Amino acid sequence: MKPDAVTLSVLNGRLEQIADEMDATLFRSAFNPIIAEAHDASHGLYDATTGETLVQGKSGLPIFVGVMAFAVKAVIDKAASQGGVSPGDVWIFNDPYDGGTHLSDFRLVKPVFRDEKVFCYLASVGHWHDVGGNVPGNYNPAATECFQEGMLIPPVKLFDKGEYRQDIVDILSANSRLPLSLYGDLNAQINALELGEQRLCALLNDYGDEMVAATFIELKARAAKMMRANISQLPNGSVSAEDYLDNDGIVDEPLTIALDLTVDGDRLTLDFSRSSKACAGPVNISRSTTVAACYVALKHVFGEVPANAGVLEPVDFIIEDASLLSVVAPKPVGGYTETILRLIDVVFQAMAQISPADAMAPAYGTINALSLSGHRQSGQRWVMFSFFGGGHGAHASGDGLNHGNAPISTATIPPLEILEAAYPVCFTQWALRPDSGGAGQFRGGLGAVYEIKLLEEQARGFLFGERGKFAPPGVVGGQPAACNQFSWRHNDEQMQPLLISKVVGIELVKNGSVLLETPGGGGYGDPASRDNASIAEDIRLEYITTEHAASAYGYTASGGLS
Amino acid sequence: MSKPSLVVGVDVGGTFTDVFVIDEKSGTVTTAKVPSTPGDQSIGFVQGVSNRVDDFADLKTVIHGTTVGTNALLERKGARTGIITTRGFRDVLEMRRRDRPTTWGLKGSFVPVVERPLRLEVDERVLADGTVALAVNVDQVQQCASALLEQGCEAVCVFFINGYANDHNEKIAVEAVRSVWPDSHVTAATEILPEIREFERLSTATLNATLQPVVSSYLDRLESSLQQRGFNGDVLIVQSNGGVMSLDSARRLPVRTALSGPAAGVIAAKAIAGAAGFGNIITCDMGGTSFDVSLIAGGEAALCAQTSIDFGMVVRTPMIEITTIGAGGGSIAWIDNSGMLQVGPASAGSDPGPVCYGLGNDQPTVTDANLVLGRINPQRPIGGKLATLDVMAARVAIDAVIGVPLGLDTESAAEAVLTLANARMAGAIRLVSIEQGHDPADFLAMPFGGGGALHTGALIRETGLKGALVPRFPGVTSALGCVVADMRHDRVQTVNRMLADTDTHALGQRMLAAAHECEALLKASDVEFSALVTRFELDMLYLGQTHSVAVPIEVPQTQLAITDVQAAFDTAYAAAYGRLLDNIPCRIMNFRVAVTGVRPTLDMAVFAPPAEQQASDASEIRRIYAGGEHYDANVYQRLDLPVDTLIEGPALLEQADATIYVDPGLQARVDAHGNLLIASDVESL
Repeated sequence: MKPDAVTLSVLNGRLEQIADEMDATLFRSAFNPIIAEAHDASHGLYDATTGETLVQGKSGLPIFVGVMAFAVKAVIDKAASQGGVSPGDVWIFNDPYDGGTHLSDFRLVKPVFRDEKVFCYLASVGHWHDVGGNVPGNYNPAATECFQEGMLIPPVKLFDKGEYRQDIVDILSANSRLPLSLYGDLNAQINALELGEQRLCALLNDYGDEMVAATFIELKARAAKMMRANISQLPNGSVSAEDYLDNDGIVDEPLTIALDLTVDGDRLTLDFSRSSKACAGPVNISRSTTVAACYVALKHVFGEVPANAGVLEPVDFIIEDASLLSVVAPKPVGGYTETILRLIDVVFQAMAQISPADAMAPAYGTINALSLSGHRQSGQRWVMFSFFGGGHGAHASGDGLNHGNAPISTATIPPLEILEAAYPVCFTQWALRPDSGGAGQFRGGLGAVYEIKLLEEQARGFLFGERGKFAPPGVVGGQPAACNQFSWRHNDEQMQPLLISKVVGIELVKNGSVLLETPGGGGYGDPASRDNASIAEDIRLEYITTEHAASAYGYTASGGLS
Repeated sequence: MSKPSLVVGVDVGGTFTDVFVIDEKSGTVTTAKVPSTPGDQSIGFVQGVSNRVDDFADLKTVIHGTTVGTNALLERKGARTGIITTRGFRDVLEMRRRDRPTTWGLKGSFVPVVERPLRLEVDERVLADGTVALAVNVDQVQQCASALLEQGCEAVCVFFINGYANDHNEKIAVEAVRSVWPDSHVTAATEILPEIREFERLSTATLNATLQPVVSSYLDRLESSLQQRGFNGDVLIVQSNGGVMSLDSARRLPVRTALSGPAAGVIAAKAIAGAAGFGNIITCDMGGTSFDVSLIAGGEAALCAQTSIDFGMVVRTPMIEITTIGAGGGSIAWIDNSGMLQVGPASAGSDPGPVCYGLGNDQPTVTDANLVLGRINPQRPIGGKLATLDVMAARVAIDAVIGVPLGLDTESAAEAVLTLANARMAGAIRLVSIEQGHDPADFLAMPFGGGGALHTGALIRETGLKGALVPRFPGVTSALGCVVADMRHDRVQTVNRMLADTDTHALGQRMLAAAHECEALLKASDVEFSALVTRFELDMLYLGQTHSVAVPIEVPQTQLAITDVQAAFDTAYAAAYGRLLDNIPCRIMNFRVAVTGVRPTLDMAVFAPPAEQQASDASEIRRIYAGGEHYDANVYQRLDLPVDTLIEGPALLEQADATIYVDPGLQARVDAHGNLLIASDVESL
């Protein structure tokens, strides 16, 4: 059976709608703001035997689009060793080495049975607020083993043939600083899976299992075809790009992400062999995460390629085993976001060499996971944990976006009024950061300045950031953006961290504050070719200072070159 | 002179101005459709009314659905506006919620409505618990106001952080600004929306400020041109929430008109369906570029809390929930580079329009597919702009772009385009029904717009709707909605307390006081009401959640009990998500009050075909193609059909402003009010 062109398009829409609705259900009913506001979650349908992504929701975190297939495969393999899955099973785990990202991301995987056979899997992943470990919120920049980052749960059954295993939930709850939040998120993920199964079965009853199964095969083939068509339009040849992480949070030495990209007809090779070895600190990532990050980068470059496994069929990866980009247990992985952002940056930089007319410069390139935590006078613990924004890169058609979200995410930032209402803090600045966008014919978008004052007697602060030493670079002759900067005020003294962008457990006292100044995006094209009117407008809007206009563009107020 | 008895609804859209006139004395109804006058909408407005009304002194009430506000926002033609805000926060408007316009591809941009140099900061600070940490510096505020005036600002918005928790500083600042500002174009953020979330509050308030001069001057022009013609009645404006407000309210709160026109259409649907005995309706408004659906359940239109007019242009005020997808008559069909058929989101609009318009577009559209399949009469195009439609050109385009690549003949290719367009529309219907917990089998579709009724059969089939109800005049539905809309005022206030720590009695008293304020506004309007209806809601959530559920609640005059609130929350939460979470305490985020002044209902019998109307035969037989087969379809002049006429599909019913297609296997019947009911078995409805 093969679906005709129309049925295929119709079913494609119906299947996407199921995944989207699962996303929406979780966002609305989740407890922690990282899922509810920042949408750090994802849902999809996965192949019954290979775990490959069949369909994925459009509103979830882009990075999960690539990575969830490996997670479902991990469950399939584990179940096979125990005699297979049964109707009513739901598996749960967060093992980052087995189809994972970092320990905060809990995955639930549910087989959908038809005629006593697995038709496909549904999966839900969401970033939980706290999963134990040394640091509240789990971004521990000083971790040297995953055991310091949180609890590690291998694939186990949360529901066994429909029976809810309270003992599993008890274990999870006992290992979190925020068990209520965990319980709420877990229930919301179960809701999403139940809803997905209900909707999928209704669709299967309408169209027949065979037709839907045939549609999955056809959609994958077409995604591959579309990707090959995109690659074919690029000139053949090889280019290279290198970029760097400041350090691993343990030793202050840079780490290299190097890409040799080759276009050969309708195939693409991404060779990361020249990248660093695995490091002591938590910026390692698993191979599956590396592949997923490249998928995200390619989808930014090529636009509307679909979210299924076919897209990667014409792409070959060369990743050295047990390296920074293919790490094995128990090396820490908590800061995986920083490494995948750098992977996206090198893909953008390589593509800019191949196809400058479509190029985008790298965005701000760091998640800036900041947590402040302490105890209220009542003794109650509080953990404020959030990610912060920065500028997007300039591109061939214009300046970059000011204060955007990271390319791996569609997360929105929580309102500062919500943060102030929930935690004993007071923001004193929430502003754009002048001069932070990379200069160029088109200017990178501006990063931001956030300053937060403590209202309780004392608290501790943690930051997991990057781009403190290596700024987001420009492309096609554009200049780099400003670096990330973090400091804090302690007894009238402004302090700076030893590891620039990573901080563990600094002491804050009442009215002390933290100051985070985030990078903008890289510039595009030679700054000398930016027109004077645009520079003058940037000065008028205070996006750049006159000093920056002079140093970066050679521009003076009289309108001429200095 | 006799007492004025005419009530007129006027909906000004992008292309046409629709007028609906009812004479309350004689019970007669007339309609008019004239071209809109985009430069000054009041010109087309007055022309449209004078087409049907000789003496404006006969007009009792004029109710207006307007797109002046929406268009000003979309075209960036709002007034030059300044913002005065807390030191450290002038960029809240520009930083948004750290989002981006498109998920994939990082090439988006954003230009805030108020540019950076016009956003000024003053020393002041209120904390989240309402404590005034730093009193506002009034001198600075007045200096800022003067500076903005010097910069040529026509409007100003005052917005302070945490103003929702305590508006003390903001109030002082607003008074200071009002004392120096030359006119009333001063918006206080917490007066517009005293709700937590700084960006949403500021965005809504800023858009209100920037619209004030534009909408006020339009309404002034409109009022004076009506008065010049002898008008001495009331003008009411339709709000996005589906209720009307007075001219004064509209001048003060223009942001509430953001979805004025579309809301009026939904209100009409509610009234027409209610009179026909149906409380559950999904409205389907098909235009040139988009398909808008909204849901009416149990006689109530679904509302939502906010929408975005454009990227980063958030309006947060209660409004009729309208879901829009890019699938209209002008939506272009194409093959993507994996060989898959796609329809939209690109659209040929109305100029150049579909291929069959012959105005230069060669990419086939949904309208071209309808034409090729015989569903549209090429000799009688709707809208009156063109004399005929070019069927051959449409066939050639469909062959070239769709038929050849997919290996389909012309008819099959055209049908494929419709199937996919219908599937996308069905997706929108599922979104507002199934995904909100409603079963489509309990609902009728109500198509309006010229082309909506061409697709109802397919939508019934695709989504399992019970049937469809096509109003007598699908082309002027929004104007009718203006006439039947009730007057409504809303209030919201952030509470942000745990339920256990809330003095629910005091809360109940605050809610009742807010309701009284709304009632006072209604009474001040001089409009006649048959009743006042007050609705209370709490936005509630479990401790730790950030998204709330709307909890309808009764507020007794005596004592609102904590247990009543808990029970109401449990009911609402269970309905929304299924599982209650035992032992987790819940929080009250906001309270909401809506007071509706119910206006006298319009007797829909005025639409009934004349009792003496004789049964009418088909005016012609047209060859159509559906489901892979050719049929001979009877074509009827719809307005000539008497009550209870039963028509078996396939059939086409034509009228000046719409075409209705009855699919093979479906039946249509004219009901007592002149509506057309469509279903596989109309007797079962």
